[in-house]
Amino acid sequence: MNQTFEFTLDGRVIRAERGQSIMQAADGAGVYIPRLCDVEGLEPEGSCRVCTVKVNGRFAAACTQPAEAGAVVESETAEINHHRRMLVQMLFHEGNHLCPICEASGNCELQAMAYRLGIHQPTRFPYLQPVRPMDASHPDIMLDYNRCIRCGRCIRASADVDGKHIFDFVGRGINKQIGIDADYLAETAASLDDLTFSPGLCPVGCILRKGQGFATPIGQRRFDQEPIGSDIERKREEPA
Amino acid sequence: MSKKRIATVSLAGCFGCHTSFLDIDERLIDLLQLVEFDRSPLNDLKRFTRRCDIGLIEGGCCNEENVHTLQAFRRNCDILVAMGQCAIMGGLPVMRNAIMHSADPLRECLETAYQHSERVYNPSNQIPNDPALPLVLDKVYCLTDVVQIDYQIPGCPPSAETLWQFLSALVTGQPLALEYQQVKYD
Ligand code: SF4
Ligand code: SF4
Ligand code: SF4
Ligand code: FES
Repeated sequence: MNQTFEFTLDGRVIRAERGQSIMQAADGAGVYIPRLCDVEGLEPEGSCRVCTVKVNGRFAAACTQPAEAGAVVESETAEINHHRRMLVQMLFHEGNHLCPICEASGNCELQAMAYRLGIHQPTRFPYLQPVRPMDASHPDIMLDYNRCIRCGRCIRASADVDGKHIFDFVGRGINKQIGIDADYLAETAASLDDLTFSPGLCPVGCILRKGQGFATPIGQRRFDQEPIGSDIERKREEPA
Repeated sequence: MSKKRIATVSLAGCFGCHTSFLDIDERLIDLLQLVEFDRSPLNDLKRFTRRCDIGLIEGGCCNEENVHTLQAFRRNCDILVAMGQCAIMGGLPVMRNAIMHSADPLRECLETAYQHSERVYNPSNQIPNDPALPLVLDKVYCLTDVVQIDYQIPGCPPSAETLWQFLSALVTGQPLALEYQQVKYD
């Protein structure tokens, strides 16, 4: 039997079902909470912390935090959005994000999140410009680690859905990187049929399909016209 | 209201941002009611004639001359604006910093360009080193690595509309409200 209850999110009453995370309940109600590591169809991991909200005054990751009856949740506040901006800015400074030459530009969730959060001012962070490899060994798929934000989506997709375990994290701290279970992608079981290599599974331009870059004209790409999260927010306007 | 004085320069950029600026077309005439240009490639003035309100800078720093020019802009302008991705984060020239996977990217870049590439005809086998050439820096620096920057206009290049709205808001002291579709990093 479904047990439903209510909590408030930025003052709005949200109906939730037992077992739902705050994010799932908010999505259902058409309220978008920014996110990067979470994607529909994979177990939430709670690693990017872009979805941070305050639950009864304490910070929590909305994608992994269960919704509770009567909770008072804050999301779109100046304080929380400031933290989100810092997180997203740090991701830009930590990798090599040259959007003008990136095939994912316009379809990229990191870039779209930066737009949504209004990031266009100087920061105090240095650009770290790490030296990271590219792997073009596979006939159909290419990896450009310069753009990896270590969301772990490929790890979860490959292990939990494709059952192949091609990806995993290697290293610690700032040296934590995504790694594959061979020296080169061509030596793995990677295939275009895997969920892992389907368009949009990797939120950025790290996992790319060969032979189809820059296919969509500027203006028609995924986030050209509408901010990320608009699909979820539209649910709110539709009559119930 | 006295006219605002604007200086512009292209450092390690492709002039695309200046070209986009020219794309504001006949609105340049409206803009000239509000501003006058000082040092700029648009009027070919090579030195500051006096202190400016706004400095618009395209491109990052890839050589010593870029650094000196940028410092001169900081000294002579009240507000410095990084125009475009090259100015903001190094843009395309910055690819030589890390993506080349070399312990000595600058050397490798110059050797490939002047000595080792099959398509180079260079009988002297010299890397150009005339004293008139500005010293190339070890890596490409974005503007905030070198001086304090007040505003950034993202884009490669920022659209003419974005540049127009940004500048008209800045010179008239209005708040800047860009549409979602106008802020782009590409
Ligand atoms: S992955 Fe996204 S943020 Fe990074 S360079 Fe590509 S478009 Fe830009
Ligand atoms: S490769 Fe893509 S999906 Fe995998 S961790 Fe990096 S950004 Fe995430
Ligand atoms: S940002 Fe783009 S258009 Fe502007 S100078 Fe750099 S490469 Fe050229
Ligand atoms: S989406 Fe919740 S932590 Fe990344």
